[in-house]
Amino acid sequence: MNQGRRIRPHGGWIGAAAAAFSGWTAGGPSTKGLRMQMAMAGENSFGDTTPDSPRVFSSEPAPGSQQHGSPQEGLRNLATLLVLFAFMLALGASIGFVVVYWTSASHALLGGMAALTMASFGCGLVLWSHWFMKHEQVIDVRETLSSPPAEQQAVTKDFLADDQVQRRKLLLGLVSGTLAAFAAAFVSLFRSFARPPYPALKPTIWRQGDRLVTLEGRPVNINTLDVGSTLSVFPENRIDAENAQVVLVRVNQNLLRLPAARANWAPSGYLAYSRVCTHAGCSVGLYEAELCLLECPCHQSTFDVLSGAQPTGGPADRELPQLPLYADADGNLRARGDFSAPPGPGFWGLP
Amino acid sequence: MIREIGDWFDARLHLAKFVRKALNHAFPDHWSFMLGEIALYSFVFLVVSGVFLAMFFNGSAVQQIYHGSYKALDGVSVSAAYQSVLHISFDVRAGLLIRQMHHWAALIFLAAIVMHLSRIFLTAAYRRPREINWMIGLTLLLLALANGFFGYSLADDLLSAAGVRIAYSVLLSIPVVGSWLTFAFFGGVVPTDATIPRMYALHIFVIPAVLAALIGLHLAIIWKQRHTNYPGPGRTDRTIVGSRMWPSYAAKSVGLCFLVFAVIAFLGAFVQIDPVWIYGPDNPAAILPNAQPDWYLGWMEGVLRLFPAAHVHVGHFLIPEIFFPGVLFPALLFLLLYTFPFLERWFILDDERTHHILLLPYQQPLTTAFGCALFMFLLVLFFSGSDDVIAVATGNSVVAIRTILRILVFVAPAATFFIAYAACRLARRHIAPQAAPSVADD
Repeated sequence: MNQGRRIRPHGGWIGAAAAAFSGWTAGGPSTKGLRMQMAMAGENSFGDTTPDSPRVFSSEPAPGSQQHGSPQEGLRNLATLLVLFAFMLALGASIGFVVVYWTSASHALLGGMAALTMASFGCGLVLWSHWFMKHEQVIDVRETLSSPPAEQQAVTKDFLADDQVQRRKLLLGLVSGTLAAFAAAFVSLFRSFARPPYPALKPTIWRQGDRLVTLEGRPVNINTLDVGSTLSVFPENRIDAENAQVVLVRVNQNLLRLPAARANWAPSGYLAYSRVCTHAGCSVGLYEAELCLLECPCHQSTFDVLSGAQPTGGPADRELPQLPLYADADGNLRARGDFSAPPGPGFWGLP
Repeated sequence: MIREIGDWFDARLHLAKFVRKALNHAFPDHWSFMLGEIALYSFVFLVVSGVFLAMFFNGSAVQQIYHGSYKALDGVSVSAAYQSVLHISFDVRAGLLIRQMHHWAALIFLAAIVMHLSRIFLTAAYRRPREINWMIGLTLLLLALANGFFGYSLADDLLSAAGVRIAYSVLLSIPVVGSWLTFAFFGGVVPTDATIPRMYALHIFVIPAVLAALIGLHLAIIWKQRHTNYPGPGRTDRTIVGSRMWPSYAAKSVGLCFLVFAVIAFLGAFVQIDPVWIYGPDNPAAILPNAQPDWYLGWMEGVLRLFPAAHVHVGHFLIPEIFFPGVLFPALLFLLLYTFPFLERWFILDDERTHHILLLPYQQPLTTAFGCALFMFLLVLFFSGSDDVIAVATGNSVVAIRTILRILVFVAPAATFFIAYAACRLARRHIAPQAAPSVADD
């Protein structure tokens, strides 16, 4: 039987390509042929006497089902050998996995054994199915999905159960109210997860007089950096304070273009900015010394350190908060106070 | 023997009829129907390998000094989570293999979901009666995206910590409720010790449970509605043609399952993934290498980079620049996808009939062209997520590459739309006489 066979339409290269695709997907005889084939499929299934047997639509014997002595027997034996080989390889590789696991446990060998056993087992199953199982298509009737109106009405009636429930309006109202209260009680549990965002989001991290120290805790001195270099610094004794990290840059003092109000924030050309990008919170860790630009490695926003870290490119469009600095009598750098704005990414209540 | 066991159960559960129906259930056969199966089998693998990893992973961000077998980090302050990932990778027997396979399986899971979704879209399988399964499928995609991100973030390495910061900033940008939402989820200003335990609970328990339940529902609905058929002989909106489930289809499908596992095992064994010991632990003073997310979040990374820098003030309040690409864009994208079956009905085809026969892509030129354009749009965004890498590789500046991509992100989808539309029309003209029509309500 051949109903499932492909019919190749013709009509130039597009037709050929389309035929290849639709042949792949379906095959494409006309509607008329389709009806005829359905009728034939129906006839073919009448012979079956088992109750509710599936109606066979098309059936081809397994390619490897040739009888003994047939011309394809050699091929059949070859196919048998291949499937046998696949399963034996799977078996062997599984044992290999066990041996490797209990001896060297080498990563690549172990993974290789796992891949080999599963690949050959999978191939064995697929080939077994393809060569030694009947290629059979069955046809089935699809049930209509929407129920007949009578059934729909009956279920509605039984669900509403008008004749079985008294005081429905009053009590249902109260039950709904109770459920809403349950929901409110449940939702309030979420408050346990959320400490109030304020003042944490608008923190006072740096206090006047805080010394700037490195991650290792060493204080930073007026001679620590050369012009054009940079360093990550933190408030002394509070190195892991949220959002406190600062990028310290030293620039040529003559180039500074800070707003007038910040004129004394940069002793000896030392500029300190929040290291948390105002765009998406990454660490603004790259510095291009010739251009005096800080760059965020996540989305390549750039900030001009000479003008108060105004954004000059990329998706950020708010400046990095600046930390006002002064040098004490010993030359150590200290904060004059907190950042010029809350550091980090923006939010609704950000002033 | 098998008969006796069967009888034993049948005498208690009256199973024979149901089991026989299941064995003879017609499953339409086509390579494109395997994509969903691949997703299913990778999910199974993720659960099994995830259980193994959960035995060793320590979901805590408490800092400790590392003194493990990876000598290059000896004496460095790391989180307990990061330490346990190094322990899995270097000390647990087969630990590195399972961890890498778990990560690869996640990438394959998402790739299979996306390809499955594309197949559904291009063959119009989302039409009535399958709108529910279309929406369940999209929910599965969203959950898979979230869980992939959480899993990636649990290692608490330098790279994934940057991802957490970005997610924090995105959530924080939501007007009015953003800061409360962010604190409810992350537990404070990141980096904070509260975040990892929460992501861990979601990653190994809440989301997998919901995924498993929705996958079960997805399959149950397929069982109830029966699978779609490509057009062909015997296939109408009232009939279904396919292989019997047993034995040949089952053998092939289980075979496919093992082949999926084999690919995962091969990648896990021979292709290194997420070597967190090279990235190093999260550290406020460190400089991040070229950061790229896992592939399935590339489009998000791209839109964050391409979107113009523009914040909005509403009175005294701020809507930060990241809100538009980070929240609004994906929300609109998924809204579009969720409502697509209905939008198509209203704007493209006024067709409310029940369909069980799939359309071939050329049979619905407008929808196909739209889908291809959307895919191209996301593809350009995906590459935009690596614009710095492209800039370095091609010797251009990031600014130049970004300008090109900003043009391309509109031009390429538009061109794709017209090309796909023209190709469909052309194909329809050449194939239509031969192709079996979709026989609706025959």
